[in-house]
Amino acid sequence: MADDLDMLRADIEAAMAGAEDLRALDAVRVAALGKSGQVTALLKGLGALPPDERRARGAEVNVLKGEIERALENRRVMLEAFALDARLAAERLDVSLPPRPTPPAGPEAGSIHPISRTMEELIALFGAMGFAVAEGPDIEGDWHNFSALNIPDHHPARQDHDTFYLTAQEGGRRPVLRTHTSPVQIRTMLSQEPPIRVIVPGRTWRADHDATHSPMFHQVEGLVIGRDIHMGHLKGTLVDFLRAFFGIADLPVRFRASYFPFTEPSMEVDIGWSRKTGELGQGGDWLEILGSGMVHPKVLANAGIDPRMWQGFAFGMGIERITMLKHGIPDLRPFYEADLRWLRHYATSPLSPFTLHDAA
Amino acid sequence: MKFTLSWLRDHLDTDAPLERILATLNTIGLEVEGVEDRAAALAPFRIAYVVEAVQHPNADRLRALKVDIGDGTIRSVVCGAPNARTGMKAVAALPGAFVPGTGITLKAGEIRGVKSEAMLLSSREMGLGDDHSGIVDLPEDAPVGASYAEYAKLGDPVIEISVTPNRGDALAVRGVARDLAAAGIGTLKPWNPEPVAPAYPAPLEWVIDDPRACLQVLGRAVRGVTNGPSPQWMQDRLAAIGLRPINALVDVTNFFTFDLGRPLHVFDVAKVRGKTLTMRLGREGDEYLALNGKTYRPTPEDIVIADEAGVESLAAIVGGETTGCDESTREVFIECALFDPVRIALTGRRHQVHSDARARNERGLDPAAQRAMLEAATRMIIDLCGGEASSISEAGAEPAWQREATLRFERIAGLGGSSIGPDKAVSSLEALGFGLTARDDASVTVSVPSWRNDVASSASAYRAGGTELAQEPGLDPARAAAAAEGVETIEAECDLLEEVLRLEGLDAIPSVSLPVASPLPLPSLTPRQSRAGVARRLLAARGLAESVTYGFTARATAALFGEVPEALRVENPIAADLDQMRPTPVATLLLAAGRNLARGIPDVALFEIGASYVSPAPEGQLATAAGVRLGHTPRHPLEPSRAVDALDAKGDALAVLLALGLSPAALTVTTDAPGFYHPGRSGVLRSGPKLPLARFGELHPRVLSALGIDGAAVAFEVLLDSIPEPKRRKKAAPELPAFQPVRRDLAFLVDATTPADNLLRAARGAERALIAEVSLFDRYDGDRLPEGKVSLALEVVLQPRERTLTDAEIEAAVAKVVAAVTKATGATLRG
Repeated sequence: MADDLDMLRADIEAAMAGAEDLRALDAVRVAALGKSGQVTALLKGLGALPPDERRARGAEVNVLKGEIERALENRRVMLEAFALDARLAAERLDVSLPPRPTPPAGPEAGSIHPISRTMEELIALFGAMGFAVAEGPDIEGDWHNFSALNIPDHHPARQDHDTFYLTAQEGGRRPVLRTHTSPVQIRTMLSQEPPIRVIVPGRTWRADHDATHSPMFHQVEGLVIGRDIHMGHLKGTLVDFLRAFFGIADLPVRFRASYFPFTEPSMEVDIGWSRKTGELGQGGDWLEILGSGMVHPKVLANAGIDPRMWQGFAFGMGIERITMLKHGIPDLRPFYEADLRWLRHYATSPLSPFTLHDAA
Repeated sequence: MKFTLSWLRDHLDTDAPLERILATLNTIGLEVEGVEDRAAALAPFRIAYVVEAVQHPNADRLRALKVDIGDGTIRSVVCGAPNARTGMKAVAALPGAFVPGTGITLKAGEIRGVKSEAMLLSSREMGLGDDHSGIVDLPEDAPVGASYAEYAKLGDPVIEISVTPNRGDALAVRGVARDLAAAGIGTLKPWNPEPVAPAYPAPLEWVIDDPRACLQVLGRAVRGVTNGPSPQWMQDRLAAIGLRPINALVDVTNFFTFDLGRPLHVFDVAKVRGKTLTMRLGREGDEYLALNGKTYRPTPEDIVIADEAGVESLAAIVGGETTGCDESTREVFIECALFDPVRIALTGRRHQVHSDARARNERGLDPAAQRAMLEAATRMIIDLCGGEASSISEAGAEPAWQREATLRFERIAGLGGSSIGPDKAVSSLEALGFGLTARDDASVTVSVPSWRNDVASSASAYRAGGTELAQEPGLDPARAAAAAEGVETIEAECDLLEEVLRLEGLDAIPSVSLPVASPLPLPSLTPRQSRAGVARRLLAARGLAESVTYGFTARATAALFGEVPEALRVENPIAADLDQMRPTPVATLLLAAGRNLARGIPDVALFEIGASYVSPAPEGQLATAAGVRLGHTPRHPLEPSRAVDALDAKGDALAVLLALGLSPAALTVTTDAPGFYHPGRSGVLRSGPKLPLARFGELHPRVLSALGIDGAAVAFEVLLDSIPEPKRRKKAAPELPAFQPVRRDLAFLVDATTPADNLLRAARGAERALIAEVSLFDRYDGDRLPEGKVSLALEVVLQPRERTLTDAEIEAAVAKVVAAVTKATGATLRG
């Protein structure tokens, strides 16, 4: 580039750097690119040059013009940020002041989400049967989420899981967003000795999104390990829970043989309802509600428990699903939208915690 | 897996009604997904004869018909179909009939002066396909007045079952029939295909290039075939389960896939280059065009079948276009092979092919039925296409699948909770094809049938259905070894137990309530776990609505709220705006609040108890009670509405901390909240000087403008995991002095930049023995004060313990307070 252009650019850049506020910067802009600005004058002067010189010179001046425009824009953004920061610094509030003695509104305005409500009910009901709550992380390793649960890499069941993966880490391991709460079975068996009675309410994730599936949802897992826990206990526990949760003493419950890699024998559980009216307990139709089974010997052994000494059952169900059924909520998606109108309609008062002493 | 009732009856001799068959399928673990009875919807439709078809007198595009439906009445029908003509046979619906394709119940009417007392139907109107080019044109011999559904053999219900991943054998109509027979629904019909004598030497040889590529393969040619459409019965069956009939040879392979669970492949011998077909692993540069129209590039982990010209197919997954059979095929070569199921599963996933062949191969085929399947296929091809069979060429060998398993009868009750007796258990196993090897009072040992790859899988050389132990590497070696030995001992027994229980039905097991573990249940929540519940109740009681929002959001949104490490990026997001784990629930709560504003709700207060994600490690998922408040406080005649501010957020955060057992004196406030808060109007609540427990403040205007939110907005986050667990110790007895406390109000003039908290601390520390409490009750920064100064008024409570204080003692204490405050903050007492 010609020396005169280099000099001009250096001058303008220096002026820009010296501009301390937006007004000063605008003056720099006008001086360079305004109607009678220096760069504008150069562009106007091109016409006087011979055609072959004009082309090369024109290109150079245009490059310069573009560079200055970009530099001006960068400086402008920076100065605006400075100005905002200066304003915000002046807007100081003494945050050591004590907050007001009462909040803007009270319990009448606040509410508990239906999912939390159901979790509280689950904890109270299973708690009465001697279950404790166990927890685990949302982001899991492949081993906890799959391999330890007897779902090797090549297993056809993996296809059904629609797994979300996070970016691979060093060594190629890809963490997953847990596809079920079952990895907490493994964490529990590794961290405590049997006998075990836990439930695991928590967030779960699957890459599936439609009217009846959300990419994030909630499950509750149950795990019972003892010396002589058998399938009759599994059935009894689930029947007791389902009838108490739905408040229907004679709720029909049906058990069907099924398959899960981490239980054997496995079974799916249906409850009686009317497909037509959605009413539970009558109508002659069946609705699948949960999966369960006796913990697979390999799952016990993967966590270091000898399946000849200990046995037990596990189950898992969708918290949204049982919540929708219990309260007649027709659509899944609003659970996650925090639409205050929906929350006001379905949420519960913070002053009505679930206890076994009150009618639910 | 779909099949029709009549197809099932090919294998199952039964007169059980459909309802009982369906109920039994559900009971034994072959869950019924649906039953489609096409005849029911078509019941009102009759075959009709068009006595006369003439131009409609008043409409160019319509015809006036006289139609006979065999009931002695000739009806007038107006019809717009171009193919309506005198003498044709068609399908008619009478008024009152529901027409599935249009969703309309037919009514008699009059169209432009001509009565229409029936309707002639197209295929689409009957819900039988897309053909709407004209009304159905039946052959001349169709019986007038007969039910169309019966005539078209649509009276065969289509049953769809969901087959679990362990039951490869039930991906066959015969497998389903076998299970039903074992459960007492009829008798399984025999199946003993008679060998076809070879008429000439096989034109192609098999070579297994790598033992990993193929266990065993048989092949056989049939020459002199005529490959046209397959017979109507086969086309009907395939169409009923949703498969498109192609030509007889291809249809036979599809039929075998569903009828016997045996995927086959057919090559057109004329199109195969060279005299050998090689089973090998993929190589660099391999590529072929598959029958599904896609091009695949096999990797060195995939099994391919190649001729001299190169790869012809991804074995057991999808065949190749170049050697496929079509109408010109005169000599066909049938492939019947057995592959490593694990390798097939991984190949299928790698190339994302979901084919019926893959589904069966990865679950496992019947490894003992290779030869019988090939003979049956040869016979069927000769039956349908003519020709004569070659000898069989083969390579590899049947894997050693033979194995035994033992069931101790005690386990039926001990693990199964069932009262099924030994005799019943043994007969169930025998009905399923298990062979009795030994039996005593305590147990039975059986041989496992070749088709049940899911039972005692570990002992079979054919790896279908097997899984390996995956023990936690940190286990104590002795403990791990004992557990592994336990699996070896009882895994196969669990498989047998499952069969015994399944056939009887799990409903037969008596339900038993869980025995109590202790007379009264122990607490179900640890003190740590209870904190989320306390925070939830408290925040809701402070007027915030609990929300549940997604843990991931758009990366650009997440970046407004903190670090967005690559390690927390979702590799396969379901939507572009859900690709980064949120650094704080404030991010997704603000999005939710913005949506509420957009719905015309001006004031929003939301909270969530959920994770902030700072790393993928378990300790990088921080349990957080977070909330946002937007807009104003409620409008009320007695209390003016005002915009929410940072102290509202502080109030929420502080209330949670106090409810979780922290004492106000132990908390300090610093002004270094994260960058998404307003730098001058935010703070961090810390335990002592260091440990951050909560953050609060106005949100940064830049964040709000990026999210399109106008107006006041504040947020808070309580880091539940950082709160120390309350110590379980008995409290000291309370101090309850007998003397009244003395209160004194003191106003100070101080630099506006001095935090009020500094004055309070100084005052509290001035005379610890006497000062019970110091609080701020007024702050004034009006224009009557010098520039840059503010007036802060403190109430000091003095608590005498021994005796009533004298005025002099009170004054002395107050003087100490003033001196301490002045020393610490430069404040002066206002007169």
